Amino acid sequence: MSDLEFDPRRTTGTLDHRPDHAPGDEPLEDSGHWIYNANLGLAFSIVLTAAAFFLAGSHVIYGPSIPVALIVLAIAQMGVHLVFFLHITTGPDNTNNVLALAFGVLVVFLIGAGSIWIMDHLNQNMMPMEQMIQMER
Amino acid sequence: MSDMGLPASVGAIRRVREDPHRLGYRAHGAAEDVEGTGHGKSGPAHKRIIVGYGFWIFLLSDIVMFSCFFAAFAVQRGATAGGPSIPQIVDIRRVGFETAALLLSSYTCMLSFAATNRRNLLWTQIFLFVTGLLGLIFVLLELQEFIELAGKGITPQRSGMLTSFFGLVGLHGLHVTLGGVWLATMMAQVQIKGFRREIVHRLICFNLFWHALDIVWIGIFTIVYLMGSGA
Repeated sequence: MSDLEFDPRRTTGTLDHRPDHAPGDEPLEDSGHWIYNANLGLAFSIVLTAAAFFLAGSHVIYGPSIPVALIVLAIAQMGVHLVFFLHITTGPDNTNNVLALAFGVLVVFLIGAGSIWIMDHLNQNMMPMEQMIQMER
Repeated sequence: MSDMGLPASVGAIRRVREDPHRLGYRAHGAAEDVEGTGHGKSGPAHKRIIVGYGFWIFLLSDIVMFSCFFAAFAVQRGATAGGPSIPQIVDIRRVGFETAALLLSSYTCMLSFAATNRRNLLWTQIFLFVTGLLGLIFVLLELQEFIELAGKGITPQRSGMLTSFFGLVGLHGLHVTLGGVWLATMMAQVQIKGFRREIVHRLICFNLFWHALDIVWIGIFTIVYLMGSGA
């Protein structure tokens, strides 16, 4: 056993007070706390998913607004997963996790929005296919 | 009017002057270095934190890769080349079942970790097994979808839209499949080696991986299936 593997906190009982946490991890709580969290997460997810599937095929709300509603529901559900399943919180023990997540979200946003934006402009500025074929003659 | 309000204390003013951005301090919590956090002279962080955090970074990079596939699909969604469009290839009922299976598997995965924290071998194994079973159902449903589509001549070669569709959905399916293999090895490791520290660390990582897969699936069923078929 290497020195790194030895952790005196394990035997002194101070391991419970770890002031920093990895995502998906929490201070050692009783399993009731975990199950409570899981139940809440599942309940919220079911509501949001059911709402999304219901809205997609219905005429309850104004048609063109359905995609926006679906995206809002999806983001809400991702938030639910992050909080209840991945245990990302705003607490000081989670600063590193949140910062990494924020950077990830930034890159995802740049790739997604940037690609759509650029490719849309390219499409609009491109010569229509028929004209291209005529020019080649 | 001066931009500074009344000072709370002389000490606060001095602190702001000497260290305006409070470098080296944590915003909340204990003022001095806390053992195990990796701050200041308290020594390296616990391995449990380092392992989980490193895997978190990997997951975020994985999600960035998925975002490239999402972007490709968003750009290509109109490029059907005269072939079938999304509403014609989507079976929303099956997507509903797939979503239910994956969401429930995320739930049982978390229950398994609750049992792991209790060091309860039996329930850990039971919930891991259920998680794997639900994951298997998901993969089989997706395979069925792909085989049905291929039977109708709807393959990735047909159009740009279908290439990005199969790429995105297939990549996620591949992740779930590999996650299932990982889950099986974890069950064997827990059974044979017990709840050793490194095994628990691996279980943390597996939990993170499985939940992240569910997050990606939220994006897929919203952007690809629901927005394609409904609106």
